Amino acid sequence: MSLRIVVCVKYVPDATGDRHFAEDLTTDRDAVDGLLSELDEYAVEQALQIAENADDAEVTVLTVGPEDASDALRKALSMGADKGVHVEDDDLHGTDAMGTSLVLAKAIEETGYDLVVCGMASTDGTMGVLPALLAERLRVPQVTLLSEVAVADGKVTGRRDGDTATEHLEAALPAVVSVTDQSGEARYPSFKGIMAAKKKPVESLDLDDLDIEAEEVGLEGAWTKVDEAAPRPARTAGTVVKDEGEGGKQLAEFLAGQKFI
Amino acid sequence: MAEVLVYVDHVDGAVRKPTLELLTLARRIGDPVAVHLGPGADTAAATLAEYGAVKVLAADAPEFADYLVVPKVDGLQAACESVSPAAVLVPSSAEGKEIAARLAVRLGSGVITDAVDLESGDGGPVATQSVFAAAYTTKSRVTKGTPVITVKPNSAAPEAAPAGGTVEQLAVSFGELATGTKVVSRKERESTGRPELTEAAIVVSGGRGIGGAENFGVVEALADSLGAAVGASRAAVDAGWYPHSSQVGQTGKTVSPQLYVAAGISGAIQHRAGMQTSKTIVAVNKDAEAPIFDLVDYGVVGDLFEVIPQLTEEVKSRKG
Ligand SMILES: Cc1cc2nc3c(=O)[nH]c(=O)nc-3n(C[C@H](O)[C@H](O)[C@H](O)COP(=O)(O)OP(=O)(O)OC[C@H]3O[C@@H](n4cnc5c(N)ncnc54)[C@H](O)[C@@H]3O)c2cc1C
Ligand SMILES: Nc1ncnc2c1ncn2[C@@H]1O[C@H](COP(=O)(O)O)[C@@H](O)[C@H]1O
Repeated sequence: MSLRIVVCVKYVPDATGDRHFAEDLTTDRDAVDGLLSELDEYAVEQALQIAENADDAEVTVLTVGPEDASDALRKALSMGADKGVHVEDDDLHGTDAMGTSLVLAKAIEETGYDLVVCGMASTDGTMGVLPALLAERLRVPQVTLLSEVAVADGKVTGRRDGDTATEHLEAALPAVVSVTDQSGEARYPSFKGIMAAKKKPVESLDLDDLDIEAEEVGLEGAWTKVDEAAPRPARTAGTVVKDEGEGGKQLAEFLAGQKFI
Repeated sequence: MAEVLVYVDHVDGAVRKPTLELLTLARRIGDPVAVHLGPGADTAAATLAEYGAVKVLAADAPEFADYLVVPKVDGLQAACESVSPAAVLVPSSAEGKEIAARLAVRLGSGVITDAVDLESGDGGPVATQSVFAAAYTTKSRVTKGTPVITVKPNSAAPEAAPAGGTVEQLAVSFGELATGTKVVSRKERESTGRPELTEAAIVVSGGRGIGGAENFGVVEALADSLGAAVGASRAAVDAGWYPHSSQVGQTGKTVSPQLYVAAGISGAIQHRAGMQTSKTIVAVNKDAEAPIFDLVDYGVVGDLFEVIPQLTEEVKSRKG
């Protein structure tokens, strides 16, 4: 039987751009170009490798996000994923992590899966909690923050470089996995891949399709609220000196003045 | 006063510093009750009491070590059922965030991660976060259920405030998800003898400018003269010069020390995300245009192999 892999990918504002908040204190998506979160490229890569090593596998890429988020799906499809699912609904604007996990979990169940692969964190929210939230909601094992992952004989195994230890983990499928940026470079889409991606199917789903009420998500339905967002005051310009042979001593003088020595 | 649960991060009862910070912050909201899962509660209790735990809910079982994350969620959930807390605070480690997230689903609560400060407010605890690579500071609240909040290391100075700290046994029944992910083997990271990166008061980091694993001794020597932890940029880690556990930045550790020293690091946004909230920042880089100089309190444009050893010598002689 075919191995059904769902990869969760997020469309995020480019981290190298000048990111801001919109007036309603949600992420301003207009100010900065969006793209497939770089950390989710690693998830797509590992999913493709797992699929390549399986007898028969299908890789679906899933995103919850605005219209433009289809760019993220196209990128993942051009890397080699088979099909896309885009959950898009005006009522989703301002949804927090808890709400997003609800929507993703329903969409994953709707799609059908043996393995869910996520990135380690989104580059905008940087919470790193969605994979754990999904495992809890889907009631399947979480095998997260892996720098190595393999699937064989209905089991997923991997190495987790945790806070204080390196662990080898094992769980039966179905399961939710997340992979880190140590898991191996992601491939670049080939020209052929980019052309092929244009013809790959992308299914569009809204909240109705997933039996989710508008009140359960969005800014109003969120489980958390941002009351204030203020730009961090620019650091007061420091002193920069050129080393003329005494640079180390000058630095020591500064550190002594600050009572570090 | 309402009780606030604090999840204890420890190694066999040796309590890690971020937990003491959490106890200190918890006192702003209510009476801290520590939740200690795994062995060593009796050892931990004295420290937890010293920092304000009115009691310690303790449970030990092999499941906590043998399976990933979920048994600890079961433990923390049991603690919530026994005290009906005003909030649950968890250290913002990778595992801590996962525990908090799953607990929040079970409680029907919102979750806030990576708070850098916490105060009490009319609508429940108010968490300060540093977002978009520390370009913004936000204040947020949990609006549904019992607030579950993870707090970053170095968010508060631990303050002693002796309290009862009596140990009470907590009964934990493991659900069917608890044994889902087996920890087949675990290798604790070897201690470097230096302070823990996320907890250190001073961090000295090296980047691509270090040029090779053999040259990291320059960074280590300065770190040791200052009693500092050693960090590295992703470029240095990817090149295999320093272990990934020392990486500072978006996909590494976030550090917020009193002093951050960047040697041969350009200051890319992903690196800044992990160190921008440091109190004092100094850098040595031979490129005067390197973006790291936009952040510094003091910067030296020059060859790090000249400047850093001279600094190390100077530190040593001043410290005598
Ligand atoms: C999704 C994603 C996540 C990332 N996460 C992280 C992360 O967590 N942490 C991180 O650090 N990066 C991260 N990066 C990478 C980041 O974008 C940069 O590539 C990286 O930080 C560069 O490291 P560096 O400053 O050491 O190297 P470079 O940018 O190459 O800078 C080296 C500097 O050393 C200076 N130099 C060279 N020789 C000397 C000398 N002899 N004396 C003095 N100065 C010298 C040079 O002038 C230069 O400025 C991430 C990137 C992406 C896309
Ligand atoms: N809106 C989204 N759509 C699809 N996947 C997502 C979305 N948000 C988060 N994810 C997935 O969850 C991971 C962790 O995200 P986060 O918890 O937001 O840091 C990401 O790397 C993605 O794989």
